[in-house]
Amino acid sequence: MNFSVGLSTYLLVGAMLFSLGLYGLFVKKNVVAILMSIELMLNAVNLNFVAFNRFLATDRLIGNVAALFVIVLAAAEVAVGLALVIAIYRSRQTTNVDEFNWLKW
Amino acid sequence: MSTIVFFIFAILAVAAAWGVVTSQNIVHSALFLALTFVGVAALYVMLNAEFIAAVQILVYTGAVSIMVVFAVMLTLRGDVGESSPENKKWGWGLFVAGLVFVMITAVILTNADWRILPGPWTIQNSTAALSNLLLTNYMIPFEAAAILLTVALVGAVILAKGVRENK
Repeated sequence: MNFSVGLSTYLLVGAMLFSLGLYGLFVKKNVVAILMSIELMLNAVNLNFVAFNRFLATDRLIGNVAALFVIVLAAAEVAVGLALVIAIYRSRQTTNVDEFNWLKW
Repeated sequence: MSTIVFFIFAILAVAAAWGVVTSQNIVHSALFLALTFVGVAALYVMLNAEFIAAVQILVYTGAVSIMVVFAVMLTLRGDVGESSPENKKWGWGLFVAGLVFVMITAVILTNADWRILPGPWTIQNSTAALSNLLLTNYMIPFEAAAILLTVALVGAVILAKGVRENK
């Protein structure tokens, strides 16, 4: 096989993951599924950071550092997000985002 | 050889991501999500980022997936097979996500600077170099991230547990 994997191939994989996450963010009704879609998008961004680091800055680790901080922030985000889901579920008995409408009347 | 390994894991990651957003059963979505994380971790290994790959497995596949599964189990009611439906305007979501994908792909494929193959990787021990960077150049962000994580997890516990009003 003559084809070798270059930077644009990794970026295309990242673009696919990001678009799938965006699609899930728009269409899903269950708020836990929406959080999962956000995690997919953050993973796509991380893949881009690491790929750019590997191909465009081969003597530094700046992209890896950025990816590490994104992972930390994603962990904090998913913990707070799921805690909010559980708190809302306790008072409203639902995880459907269409029914999260306290502020609307 | 590495091309074949790349495509195995890239297709695994994208197919599992497809499963996450199309499955009507939210438990299946959570398990597909763990599979996506494993595929992306394998891609990190191929990009000479072993430490990020290990953190990906530990934090995402280990912690985040389990946390999502717990949240699913605590909030599940009714038929599990219909637990993650799509809303009525899914066509608009498909349109916007497709448009974003086409735009990103056009940018990637038309940029000649990115049509490159991997050059020689000059960093010998990337984990040691990364730890060195985190405790010198990026020390303030590192400590800020540590404080943020502590505060966020304490806040998550308080939110999930609920505050009792003691008089």
